[in-house]
Amino acid sequence: MKELVSLLNAFCLLSLLAVGGGSAVLPQMEHETVSIHGWVSAADFATIYSLGQMAPGPNMTMVGLIGFKAAGITGMLVVLLAFYLPSSVLTYAASHLWDACKNSPWRDAVQKGMAPITIGLMLAGVYAVGKTASYNPAHSLEFNGITCGIGLAVAAILFARRINPALLILAGGVAGWFFLR
Amino acid sequence: MNNPTPTALFAAFFRIGITSFGGGLVAYLRDELVTHKNWLSSDEFLAALEIGQTLPGLNSVNVAIIAGRKLAGPAGAIAAAVGLVIPGAVILCVLGVLYARFRNHPDVVAALAGIAAAAVGLLLQVTLKIGAKQFVEPRALFFILLTFVLVGLCHVSLPVVLFLVAPMAILLHRPPKETAT
Repeated sequence: MKELVSLLNAFCLLSLLAVGGGSAVLPQMEHETVSIHGWVSAADFATIYSLGQMAPGPNMTMVGLIGFKAAGITGMLVVLLAFYLPSSVLTYAASHLWDACKNSPWRDAVQKGMAPITIGLMLAGVYAVGKTASYNPAHSLEFNGITCGIGLAVAAILFARRINPALLILAGGVAGWFFLR
Repeated sequence: MNNPTPTALFAAFFRIGITSFGGGLVAYLRDELVTHKNWLSSDEFLAALEIGQTLPGLNSVNVAIIAGRKLAGPAGAIAAAVGLVIPGAVILCVLGVLYARFRNHPDVVAALAGIAAAAVGLLLQVTLKIGAKQFVEPRALFFILLTFVLVGLCHVSLPVVLFLVAPMAILLHRPPKETAT
C-alpha cells in the first residue's frame, strides 16, 4: 500500500511537470524510479523506455511497466492513472480558459520561453537513457562502440529519410542480436 | 458539422491508438479528425494542438481531451483519451510479461541492448529536429544547456528548475510594452 502511494505521488507530480511532452520528464523519471525509489534498475528503465517506443499509442504509456515492476497489476493501473489523469484534468479545465486569453501577448512569451527548456529537458532525457543504453562502463569498449553506433545510425537514417521509427527500433534489435551476443 | 457520440469517439481514437506504431501521433490525429472524419476544421485542430503543447502532459493525449470535449462534452473527452491509451497499454503488458520471462536469455539480452541503443538514437534525432532552430540561437542555446546541466548532470529537481529557469526565459520573451494588454 505504501508503495502504491509512493507511485501515485511520484507519477502525479511527473504528469504535471511534463511541459512540452512526455520526453521532458524522462530525466526526472529516471532519477526518481531508479536512484530514489529503486523500483527498476537503470538497465530495466532503458529497456522499458525502448519497449515503449515500439508499442503504438502515446509513447509514455511505458510508465505502466514501471508500475507493474514495482507493485504488479495494481501498480500498473495506479501509475497509468497518476501519469495521465492530472495533466488531462488540467488540460480539460484550461481549454475553457485558453480562448479567454487568446489575444494576450504573454501567451506567445510563454511558448517562446518554454521551448528551449523543453529541448534542454529532452537532451537530459537522451543522457538519462543513453548512460546505460549507449555507453555503459560495465560493458566492453567494443560493446559500447556497437551500441553508440546503432544509436547514431538510427539518428542519421531518420535525418536522411522518412521511415517509420518503430521499424528502425526493430532493426536495432536485430543488429543487437547479431553483434552483441 | 456532425457531432459524434462518445462511442464513435472511442472507436476512432482506439483505432489511432492501435495503428500508430512508431510515434508521430499528432499526424495520425490530424488525419483522422480533420481529413477523414471531418469532425474538426484545420484551424480548430491547430488551436487544440497549441493548447495541448503548452500545457503539461502528452501532446497527443491533451489533443484527445480537447477534441473529445469539444465534440461530445466530458464523456467525449474521457472516451477519446481512454481509447487512445488502452491499445498501447495492453500491448505493453504483453511485451512486459515476455520481457520478465525471457530477460535472462542471452539472445533476448542482446536484442534488447540493440533496441535500447536504437531508441536513444530516435530520441536524439527527435530532440535535434525539434530544437534545430533553438540550437543555433545563442540565447535559446544558453537555456538548453542550463536546463540540461541542472536536470541531467546535477539532478536538480525538475519543479525547482522550472520555477527558477522558466520565469527568466519567459521574461526575456515578454511582450513589448506598447502591445501589452
